[in-house]
Amino acid sequence: MHEPETLGDVLAKRGVSRRGFLKYCATLASLMALPPSVAAQMADKLTRATRQSVIYLSFQECTGCLESLSRTHSPTLEGLLFDLISLDYQETLLAAAGHAAEEARANAMRANSGKFVLMVDGAIPLKDGGVYSTIAGRTNIEILKEAVPHAAAVIAVGTCSSFGGLPHANPNPTGAVSVGTLMEKGLIERKPLINVSGCPPIPVVISGVVAHFLTLGTLPELDGYGRPKVFFGDTIHDRCYRRPFYDQGKFAKTFDDEGARNGWCLYELGCKGPTTYNACATAKWNGGVSFPIESGHGCLGCSEPDFWDAGSFYAPLPAPRAPLSAAAGAAIAVGVAAGAAVGLAGLYKRKKAQQAHTKLTVDDLETEKKP
Amino acid sequence: MTGVELLNWARGPGLQIALVVFIVGVAIRFIEMWLLGKSPDFAEARGSAAAGGWRTLFTRSLPMPGALKRAPLVFLGGYVFHIGFFITFLFYAPHILFLRAVTGFSWPALPAYLIDVIGLVSIAALVAVLVHRLTDPVRRFLSRTGDYVAWAATFLPLLTGYFAYHRLVTDYTTMLALHVLSFELLLVLIPLTKLMHTFTFAVSRWYNGAIAGRKGVKV
Ligand code: SF4
Repeated sequence: MHEPETLGDVLAKRGVSRRGFLKYCATLASLMALPPSVAAQMADKLTRATRQSVIYLSFQECTGCLESLSRTHSPTLEGLLFDLISLDYQETLLAAAGHAAEEARANAMRANSGKFVLMVDGAIPLKDGGVYSTIAGRTNIEILKEAVPHAAAVIAVGTCSSFGGLPHANPNPTGAVSVGTLMEKGLIERKPLINVSGCPPIPVVISGVVAHFLTLGTLPELDGYGRPKVFFGDTIHDRCYRRPFYDQGKFAKTFDDEGARNGWCLYELGCKGPTTYNACATAKWNGGVSFPIESGHGCLGCSEPDFWDAGSFYAPLPAPRAPLSAAAGAAIAVGVAAGAAVGLAGLYKRKKAQQAHTKLTVDDLETEKKP
Repeated sequence: MTGVELLNWARGPGLQIALVVFIVGVAIRFIEMWLLGKSPDFAEARGSAAAGGWRTLFTRSLPMPGALKRAPLVFLGGYVFHIGFFITFLFYAPHILFLRAVTGFSWPALPAYLIDVIGLVSIAALVAVLVHRLTDPVRRFLSRTGDYVAWAATFLPLLTGYFAYHRLVTDYTTMLALHVLSFELLLVLIPLTKLMHTFTFAVSRWYNGAIAGRKGVKV
């Protein structure tokens, strides 16, 4: 039996220098708000660690999350993610297909039972017995039920597996739900769960979470939505470089006006940055090139639950989600009719009271006096 | 229910319900008043009712002479929170975007930091008038539940707005949802409470002058 390959061995084979790796760890540590001294320990621990077995299941998804993770140009940070882990099952990347692929999954699950990290990408349909998404004839929920009990932890990759995402959007024809919902409902076993939301999520957030798990053996601190706080602690708006314009009330009114050219705030054009918690404004995209707002488009709010149902992407945040004119028109009609009815009833009551009114005469007063 | 779900509800069905209740309620109260009206006055007019009405509509909105001396807290608190409430409501940029989406009209906004200060001053003024109401024996005796409800309904949008702006108490999304909901509560309560004076103040001020004006008296 040969010794399991350590991450150090893998890195050496790839020609990654210790210095380069230290730099990577320092960046990760700073991104995760850990003290700089941790970087060396992290590098040390990671070099000696065997690569983390990862099983990656894809359900109702668009493969955008995997694109985000894999479309990185080495030697970027995210590229190194694939050196940290041993991706034992991922349908899109697996060379094997059909029965061979399913066997690979079963083998990896058996060999690393209790130790592997389960990454789930995509929502899980429950309606009609879950028939709307099946792999090798088995429903997503079946596959998940089988895999979760053997996992050390579950990482929900992307908004669909974290919150339901697009498949869950109104009217949710397939009854799609998130991994968290399944755990809450008791439909799958409860395991430590991290939601790395985003449509797609930022690659470095994934590698950060995996590195955290490998070095410290724990999951990072999570927010109310189960997302790692270090990356989802602030809103886009809190960290947006266009924020000074927001505070000064300088807003672009169209995508090609003077304001847009001057880089003013995109709030009026529908930016959902104020209600969106994510690290885009700091971690950025495409190897740190930019993020949506930097390229002139407002934030869609893709890392938040139900962002598809929050109204138009181009309507400002304070605007009602649906037009009000029909309701208002109906209300005016009902109000006028009801007001008329109430008023007429009052008039009728007054008239009745007037008719029932009898005049007091001196005689009445006289009789009153008599005991 | 999560903050996002709450916000989506508040910006969707919640707003529709509140708006319908508000419109129906205000319409009922106005049409009822108009239909019941006042009894016909057969006396010959000695002056113009309309002129008198317009005059008092304006003059009764100005401070009453001596009021500042007699009840300084009510006087200052009352003016400050009324004016502050309307400035924050009408001149904060996100509110203008809301009103533009609903009415189609828009106007320039005031800078956010100014709104922030005005909001805080209005909150302080509202707290002051409440304390006064609770400590002054006569005012306390005269106050009914409806008065406290009206106070709370006015206070909550200011408070939640302030919290949301400064990211206080809870996450921004949830606070924003609570802010929108508190505004919707205010809309619903306007026709059901003394808050109806938002509209009827003009009618009663006009009436006072109109009655006197018809009799040829200047008030
Ligand atoms: S562009 Fe969006 S995130 Fe940036 S300041 Fe404006 S509203 Fe906030």
